[in-house]
Amino acid sequence: MSDSASVGGGPSRTAADGALGVVVRGISKRYGGAQALEDVSLSVAPGEVHALVGENGAGKSTLGKIIAGAVAPDAGEILVAGRPVHFHSPRDAIREGIALIHQELQLVPALSVLDNVFLGAEPSRGGFVDRARQRERFAELAAHIGFRQSPSVRIETLRVAEQQKVEILRALVRNARLIVMDEPTAALTRIEADRLLEITRDLRDHGATVIYVSHDLGDVLALSDTITVLKDGRHVKTGPARGETANGLVTAMLGRSMDLTFPPRRQPPEGAPVVLSVKGLSRPPAFEDVSFDIHAGEIVGLAGLVGSGRTEIARAIFGADPSTGAVEIEGTRLQPRSPGNSIRHGLAMLPESRKDQGLIMVRPVRENVSIAHLREVSWHGIIQAARERSRVAEVLNSVDARAANHSMAISGLSGGNQQKAAIAKWLVKTPKALLADEPTRGIDVGAKRAIYELIHRLAEQGLGVLLISSELEEVLGLAHRVLVVRSGRIVGEFVGKQINEETVMRAAFGETGMGAHGDEAA
Amino acid sequence: MSRIDASLPSRFSRRSVVEVLREYAIVVSFLALLIILSATADHFLTWINLLNTLESGSIYGIVAVAFTVLLIVGEFDLCSGAIYVFVGIVAAKLQPDLGTWPSLGIGVVAGLGVGIFNGLIVTFLRINSFIATLASSLMVVGIGTEVTNGFQLYIPDPDFAVLGNEKFIGVDYFIWIFFVFVVIGGFVLSRTKLGRWLYATGGNSEAARLSGINTRAVRIGAFSFSGFAAGVAGAVLISRTGTAIAGDGLADVLFPAIAAVVVGGTSIQGGRGAIWRTVLGIFFLEFIRNGFNLLEVNPYYQAIIQGAIILVAVGADALSRGTK
Repeated sequence: MSDSASVGGGPSRTAADGALGVVVRGISKRYGGAQALEDVSLSVAPGEVHALVGENGAGKSTLGKIIAGAVAPDAGEILVAGRPVHFHSPRDAIREGIALIHQELQLVPALSVLDNVFLGAEPSRGGFVDRARQRERFAELAAHIGFRQSPSVRIETLRVAEQQKVEILRALVRNARLIVMDEPTAALTRIEADRLLEITRDLRDHGATVIYVSHDLGDVLALSDTITVLKDGRHVKTGPARGETANGLVTAMLGRSMDLTFPPRRQPPEGAPVVLSVKGLSRPPAFEDVSFDIHAGEIVGLAGLVGSGRTEIARAIFGADPSTGAVEIEGTRLQPRSPGNSIRHGLAMLPESRKDQGLIMVRPVRENVSIAHLREVSWHGIIQAARERSRVAEVLNSVDARAANHSMAISGLSGGNQQKAAIAKWLVKTPKALLADEPTRGIDVGAKRAIYELIHRLAEQGLGVLLISSELEEVLGLAHRVLVVRSGRIVGEFVGKQINEETVMRAAFGETGMGAHGDEAA
Repeated sequence: MSRIDASLPSRFSRRSVVEVLREYAIVVSFLALLIILSATADHFLTWINLLNTLESGSIYGIVAVAFTVLLIVGEFDLCSGAIYVFVGIVAAKLQPDLGTWPSLGIGVVAGLGVGIFNGLIVTFLRINSFIATLASSLMVVGIGTEVTNGFQLYIPDPDFAVLGNEKFIGVDYFIWIFFVFVVIGGFVLSRTKLGRWLYATGGNSEAARLSGINTRAVRIGAFSFSGFAAGVAGAVLISRTGTAIAGDGLADVLFPAIAAVVVGGTSIQGGRGAIWRTVLGIFFLEFIRNGFNLLEVNPYYQAIIQGAIILVAVGADALSRGTK
């Protein structure tokens, strides 16, 4: 397979009538402050299943989307069948025979299967949709991939696995000869996933190229011909799947990253009191029976794959979503479990999405910072402007957030400064515990480092911190103790020297599952 | 970090041009109109004319103040026109038995009640407020028609006419009432915790909730205020005219109110706006009408121009958020 990595202009032209080959050269992409991809070059041979693997945030989905025209790269070029192409939209890509099957399915729930399959590609006769031809073509393709539902049922009545097949049909109707699948098995049961793998193999055998983006190493090993590993937006290696093991992939996925350094960890004092205690918290199906304590000065990392239930656990602790079980702050049980009551008892939450959940973008910096603790700056419900101004300036200063003017809308700040302000908002009145969900998402390296230091400083001041991050290194580099969540349950706890990438990743992926799939592939 | 910061100024300045335009368009337009009309129309800048302007703007102005609050919290109330009419019917029905002030008081409480009902259905049934209040307004109109059998009610008692016709220091009572609504509304929005909750809920409801704000209560409060204000405006109206007839109050009160709020620059997308803007919006639209009358402009053109002004205001609002 590695010989196909040098496909240039010449050889792949011959494959143009069948499967498509794609070469990407020097692709880079930046989202705000975060470098999603950096100078990635890669060759996908016609007619192969080529897997892209990596940790959360490694850039694998972004690369897939760039190849399918859903995301425009900042730099680099794409060659399809040897010719350079410039996609401005997925429509451009489909014209070249490249289709994308999204992680979140892109179907119209209220329309029928048939309408969804042909949406935007309706065969027509004199301006009218040609129903008869649609049905004929549909029947042919549906038989091909084993889709047995009636073409007239509405999408919203189908299971996710069936909807996925509809997506594949959509791609086939458009004569796609290269299909990018982004985490296709994430929402499927094992049996459904196996069936999807079969369909995918079948597509390949009938002359399609498949780029398969996944973090399920078992599926990847069982299915692919070639595997590319990405890490922190960089290409690590590309090689044949034969002879590859889950172990080897994990090692390649972890690697050491260069540009992240963490401040030295100071252990919390012996016998520090418990500040946050979570007992038997459940919110099925997201998570079940979650219990743990956090001591004053302790940073506890909550690690796990995207979708494992990390964020849901944090939200439930804070009272943002309903759940059963108990939450105590310094021994006081929170009742009722609402954000307001949690805040009153000294619990703070930095939510996952700064823009959607953390900040009110249209309002001024100052109002955003004071909003959760207006009591501190008001008198009988009336805001004391001078007190608010000085208190907000003080906390923004303490987190080194730079805003020229606290009266301007917070949307005008850089991502890093927005995030600092989102943390500062919880310091207007010092909390007992902080739930930090993705505290460095979408910000640049310099701001990341500043936020790491801030989290350390807060812990040293006696806060208990629950840290959630998709970037495993962040959890490993900051936490005193790591809890691993898989499928909504805490499956591992690692302290001190036990904390390393290998053990945490194994727990997060589920050791047994990974081993079994690995054997299957070998 | 440096790369981000370097990319900021250009993005920010482009945004801020639209921002500043949106922010102060009403102030500039208002002043321009004031200057033009003072220069061209002889009797424009007089005390009498100012009072006339307030007289025609105050009743729907009361509703507009509440509507401003509702838009800021990200909601809409099509029902306040119906409440405005309904309150008059309630008061006129009860006046012969209960006397003037109790009947007007009960009318206002009825308005408040409908407002609370609207708030409850919007927050708990999660119905889009535009549709929910459209539905409730139909119900309120229906009840009003049923109560009056479609006939006009008339209350000749001079006592009943006090609220709508008497003056205090040469200024109508209801202008004072409007003034009180403006002062209290402006103060609450700009200076109190409740004001912050309203802006936060309208600006980003989820962020507000995660900041400990009871966003449901805030919304219900805004709808209740809207019902109450429509009730007060309705009480003024019935007292002023002495007659009540079932209707939806859209053209009399709701549309002018919405126009004033929007022209003032309060965002229909929630989270931004102010009472002073609405006051300028009322004056601006009243001046246009007033000035056109003084200049003897054809009324048809007046309507067209007013419509165009509203489009420009809403367009500027959409533009300031649409640029990503």
